[in-house]
Amino acid sequence: MTSIFPPALVFILGAVLIPFLKGRVKSVYMLILPIIAFLVLRGIPVGNYVIGQIMDKDLFLRIDKLSLVFGYVFILATFIGIVYALHVKESTEHTAAFVYAGSALGIVFAGDLITLFIFWELLTIGALVVLWSNKTKAAQRAAYRYIMVHLFGGVSLMSGIILRVVETGSTEFSFIGVSGLSSYLILLGVAVNVAIPPFHSWLPDTYPEASVTGAVFLSVFTTKAAVYVLARAFPGAEILIIAGVIMAVYPIFFAVLENDLRRVLSYSLINQVGFMVVGIGIGIPLAFNGAVAQVFVHVLFKSLLFMAVGAVLYRTGTAKATELGGLYKSMPITLVFTLIGAASISAFPLFSAFATKSMIISAAGHEGMTVVYFLLLFAAAGVFHHAGIKVPFFTFFAHDSGKRPKEAPLNMLIAMGIASVISIGIGVYPEALYSILPNTVDYVYVPYTADHVISQLLLLFGAFTAFSFLMYTGIYPPEKRSINIDADWVYRKAAPAVVSLIGSPIGRIYAWFARAVFETLPRFLAWVTKNPLAAMKIGTDTLLLPLSGGSKEAKKSLAREKAAYPGTVAQWSVSTALGIALVIFLAYLILLFI
Amino acid sequence: MKKEESDFFDRPKVRKALVVLFALTFIGLLVADFLLHKHSYFYWDGIPSFNAVFGLVGSLALVLIAKHLRRFIEREEKYYD
Repeated sequence: MTSIFPPALVFILGAVLIPFLKGRVKSVYMLILPIIAFLVLRGIPVGNYVIGQIMDKDLFLRIDKLSLVFGYVFILATFIGIVYALHVKESTEHTAAFVYAGSALGIVFAGDLITLFIFWELLTIGALVVLWSNKTKAAQRAAYRYIMVHLFGGVSLMSGIILRVVETGSTEFSFIGVSGLSSYLILLGVAVNVAIPPFHSWLPDTYPEASVTGAVFLSVFTTKAAVYVLARAFPGAEILIIAGVIMAVYPIFFAVLENDLRRVLSYSLINQVGFMVVGIGIGIPLAFNGAVAQVFVHVLFKSLLFMAVGAVLYRTGTAKATELGGLYKSMPITLVFTLIGAASISAFPLFSAFATKSMIISAAGHEGMTVVYFLLLFAAAGVFHHAGIKVPFFTFFAHDSGKRPKEAPLNMLIAMGIASVISIGIGVYPEALYSILPNTVDYVYVPYTADHVISQLLLLFGAFTAFSFLMYTGIYPPEKRSINIDADWVYRKAAPAVVSLIGSPIGRIYAWFARAVFETLPRFLAWVTKNPLAAMKIGTDTLLLPLSGGSKEAKKSLAREKAAYPGTVAQWSVSTALGIALVIFLAYLILLFI
Repeated sequence: MKKEESDFFDRPKVRKALVVLFALTFIGLLVADFLLHKHSYFYWDGIPSFNAVFGLVGSLALVLIAKHLRRFIEREEKYYD
């Protein structure tokens, strides 16, 4: 049992050495780490293993079919992302990226809720440092909002986990289902990382602010690790169907309008994760397998698109549609990779998503969910529109921006090449991917039927015709140097405004109250106790002054009394004091016996 | 960059050829779709060329709704600074 070494630690402990290495050694070391992690993972047979203990609770490592699919694609994505980032000399981002990727592996192989939570928080910290390593002011500020949102999610998850452990007495991380407060809290915490609206806006807010290479890593882990938790704990939860459909449809409108192409890709990321969430929500084996398959292919083509737009950003200094165009002339290889990514995400036949997305849409049709089916079909056409057409069109064609950047660096091209080859490979031979899916189904899903190929092509051709028509007639909304407000407006604009609106009157009342209670009243009491008799006399005289007509004489004597205060305190004899005490005592007795 | 700059997609002939190729493929697909016996989940998605119309209308709706949405959500780039 003790010989089991968690793959997550290969990355996280491996990351520690990176800052001490330089040049070629560092590059080779970083490329070997994912390979070691893969071999370590392959070396562990399917099962549950105790890997440690915290507060008398065992920590588990779980290897099964579901976690393996996620593990494989995370390791693969890390490898590709590192190849893409090899030209970066600084170690901060590389180190953070490995901690980040390692935490994602920790999440998918966690067999108990404590391990899950530890890696969940480490994941956020890793992502935060990846964001920070882009030194722009915008990135720093976005990182601050990022940590705020994810702390909220983390606290919700933690509260849910604590409640659940208290309720069930077990830390086991398995099916939870939507019932009871603890499950709601866990679901809410996970929903933040999955980017379910209205908790989605951290994603298009922060990912476009990351560095060229950082955004590639970010696009992979946070959302998909959270999708894994949904798949593990909430399969078949109906609320996920609704949430997933909203995720698939809502962002595409923003993606159509958005000028920053990395933000377009961020919105399209939410849209793609929406398909997965629907698949998990439907929960039948076909849909569930479809969701997991979608995770695998999505990680590849989404990072491919982020890499392609990143390469353009790296060469031209901008990723804005308004400032790009005509780049096919000098970056033809990047264009080809972008088109492969675009075809993959749009589910063109022979490209990866064709074999996976249809599993989810078919399952919705199979279950007779009419509205879900058509909204997903609409979202599928929408994907093609913004990620499939818009991104390549405005970057490489459209109006010629006059920019003639060099082709992307070799390491970037190799990374994009790997992702492209695998995306086409899965599209041509999807059975390879199907064979590692978690649910064994009694019937084989066949994506390449004449019916499916033609229906899908017609959908895409129809969408393309619409795009061409709108472009040709000039109805298509022009690209503008502008931003669009989304749910993050609530905490970036509305909340500060409300705070200052409500805050200033409340603040004033509070200040007055505090002055009265903590300053005026004690000072008065201190003043009175210096000489109560004289104070009482001053008080009475002040009250009587208006009654006596306010004569000069009376005013003068009051002023004299005040000036003399506290004066000499009358020395009372013991017998007087005793007499007063007896009078009070008598008064008590009378009151008591009436 | 000093070498021959490709203007392949700017040539009118190439553009025309691409449009014709696209149109012919589209027509071919529509014909094939009409002849094919389709497996459908609901009675209307079995109608020939349903997906083509759905893709066309859906995309038009998407862009037009987004265009109107812009009036409410568009802000200048410095809005949050």
